[in-house]
Amino acid sequence: MWELLRSGLAKTRQQLAAALQGVFGNRLYVDEAMFEELEEALIRADLGVGTAGSVVKAVKDRCAQDRIGDPALVLPVLQVELAARLTRAGGVLQLASRPAVLMIVGVNGSGKTTTVGKLAHRFRQEGRRVLLGATDTFRAAAIDQLEVWARRAGADLVKHAPGGDPAAVAFDAINAALARRVDVVILDTAGRMHTRSDLMQELSKVRRVVGKALPGAPHETLLVLDATTGQNALRQAEEFRAVTQLTGIALTKLDGTARGGVVVAIADQLGLPVKLVGVGERIDDLRDFDPEAFAAALFET
Amino acid sequence: MFATLSQRLQETMRRLRGRGKLTEADVAAAMREVRMALLEADVSLSVVKEFTSRVRERSVGIDVLQSLSPAQHVIKIVKEELTALLGTEVPRLQLAPAGPSVIMLVGLQGAGKTTVAGKLALHLKSQGRHPLLVAADTRRPAAIQQLQVLGERVGVPVFTQGDRVGAVPLARAALASARNEARDPVVLDTGGRLHVDDELMQELEEIKAATRPVEILLVADAMTGQEAVSVAAEFHRRLGITGVILTKLDSDTRGGAALSVRSATGAPVKFAGTGEKLDMFEVFHPDRLASRILGMGDMLTLIEKAEAAYDAEQARKLEQKLRKLDFTLEDFLDQMKQLKKMGPLDQLLDMIPGMERMRGKVDLGDSQRDLKRAEAIINSMTREERLNPHVIEGRRRRRIALGSGTRVQDVNRLLKQFDEAKKMLKHMAHLERDARRGGRLPRR
Ligand SMILES: Nc1nc2c(ncn2[C@@H]2O[C@H](COP(=O)(O)OP(=O)(O)OP(=O)(O)O)[C@@H](O)[C@H]2O)c(=O)[nH]1
Ligand SMILES: [Mg+2]
Repeated sequence: MWELLRSGLAKTRQQLAAALQGVFGNRLYVDEAMFEELEEALIRADLGVGTAGSVVKAVKDRCAQDRIGDPALVLPVLQVELAARLTRAGGVLQLASRPAVLMIVGVNGSGKTTTVGKLAHRFRQEGRRVLLGATDTFRAAAIDQLEVWARRAGADLVKHAPGGDPAAVAFDAINAALARRVDVVILDTAGRMHTRSDLMQELSKVRRVVGKALPGAPHETLLVLDATTGQNALRQAEEFRAVTQLTGIALTKLDGTARGGVVVAIADQLGLPVKLVGVGERIDDLRDFDPEAFAAALFET
Repeated sequence: MFATLSQRLQETMRRLRGRGKLTEADVAAAMREVRMALLEADVSLSVVKEFTSRVRERSVGIDVLQSLSPAQHVIKIVKEELTALLGTEVPRLQLAPAGPSVIMLVGLQGAGKTTVAGKLALHLKSQGRHPLLVAADTRRPAAIQQLQVLGERVGVPVFTQGDRVGAVPLARAALASARNEARDPVVLDTGGRLHVDDELMQELEEIKAATRPVEILLVADAMTGQEAVSVAAEFHRRLGITGVILTKLDSDTRGGAALSVRSATGAPVKFAGTGEKLDMFEVFHPDRLASRILGMGDMLTLIEKAEAAYDAEQARKLEQKLRKLDFTLEDFLDQMKQLKKMGPLDQLLDMIPGMERMRGKVDLGDSQRDLKRAEAIINSMTREERLNPHVIEGRRRRRIALGSGTRVQDVNRLLKQFDEAKKMLKHMAHLERDARRGGRLPRR
């Protein structure tokens, strides 16, 4: 058992070391050029100029303080720095309430409905009773899409006709959940651009109605963020947080080559943790967020 | 928070403008700012490096034109290079003279292909063509239904064989059907896929071989970050992209992805999606985006929008009322409605030169909400109350608040705002009259 754990950890460490080879390998000294390369690697991973700069500065300071001259030793410093920024904000899903209500929000096409389906599947596997609320009444065939996921996952579905009031759907979903003794309610909201204040107000209304239907709800409001998104993700997080009090982020499409480094900036500046990660289109392609693995993947070439 | 690309460039330029002579150090400092701004705007690092080195090369030791200071010259170069990178041509779809032209839409998951397919069909139809939409995304749940709904909305037939038929035979069958029914062009909505998914990329190659498309358009999300280059380059390598459609430009992204995609493929951006509605689809104007990036504002679009929303007759009446100083709550409401017709306020502000700095300073979310609330309040008033707001005492205020679903404070605030607006108008009218008497303002 202990052996297994240790070899597992060793593997992670090896991977991380290999990933950073590009920056730290073949270097004899810790010098300015190395830090510059490090900064560029972080920028390429979408951390943004500001956050990349501040991470590098922190690593540099630490190295100076501890008189680190061996490039190989810079690696753990960097790892600690990134993980610290990512974990400061916390990160476990709050499911204690019964029912626990999760609201899934985000811009168009980020992966909300798919994430709802994957979450439903996960909760069903854990033996919970799940109900999905089709609060995207706007986009063409959005309800049909959620219906497919509900069927795949074995979850209940509450829906209205297309074009209906999303807040009314949310209200009915929660009342149905209360009546049927459901454990988890997941609301799939319509994609909306964070710049559209009318649509953002609609979302805040849905949230208010949810709170009225069940005091304390929603217990989680997750922003679904596409890992290919650049610095605009910060604006998205800010705007969605302003109207819905986000509790965390689900980072999707990490199965591509995008690094999603902008979540470091989001955790740093807004204190929002990543709670889930999407790694594919299949129903079981959902993972808990692992800061160390994430930090390592930032440098893959 | 981070500054916008236009802000940064403007700041750099202002500093440069203030100097008489341009040293190498000046250029270096300017290029640092430009580099930073472009990176914050999500232009990919490699493109940024290339761009700044090209500008630097051209900037140091330039022949200073008579009419320009060295600083202005650098600005000119930045602008030229940016426009060149975005493409100077106004691109068109290349449709074959005979037989159905196939237009293939490709891209990552969630980029917006299906919506673009609907928009493109509407666009083609409005040009007098008879397009056929093909539901070639058989993997994503309900993708076919989504296209069917859109097809119905725009009145364009949708070819589907359900989700059991492979995309390649389906595309072939669609082409045959288009020939039989004399539909042209054929718009293929393919499923989203990762550029590194070899199997699915191969499927696209097979569809291409089977249908010989005249256009293979990469649908790309304008909010994409550093990945834009590798995604575009890979799609281009495997398929030979003929153009790009940039979606979600209605977000507040700085749009650096456009630069990355363009430089990775050399293919022009042909259209831009600016909203969820099917008519929010524009022919892409590289020059407009370049000037928007440079902070010159997208004046052309703004003027078009203002003209579309502007009702000349109404404006004339309003002016008369202003002169007579009987501007009522009803007029106030009319004004608000006109403003609303012009689109989301923040989008408009972004188009006015220099206005993007107002972002963050004015709470635009609030003003948009205020607008809605004010409309509800005024709609809950009787005609008498709208014409003579001073009759609205406490009881009426409560009734109006109740009727409009607002609070008495909101009603109070609106009445106060109206009062202030009126005072301001009065003041302006006086000023104008005085000025005219003094001969300082021309008589209209
Ligand atoms: N590769 C990959 N694709 C994903 C992932 N999550 C979602 N997708 C795909 O992304 C596309 C959009 O996903 P949706 O779940 O429909 O996104 P949405 O946010 O609900 O979209 P709207 O409701 O239209 O705003 C679909 O093709 C999904 O299959 C992921 O983790 N990896
Ligand atoms: Mg959805």
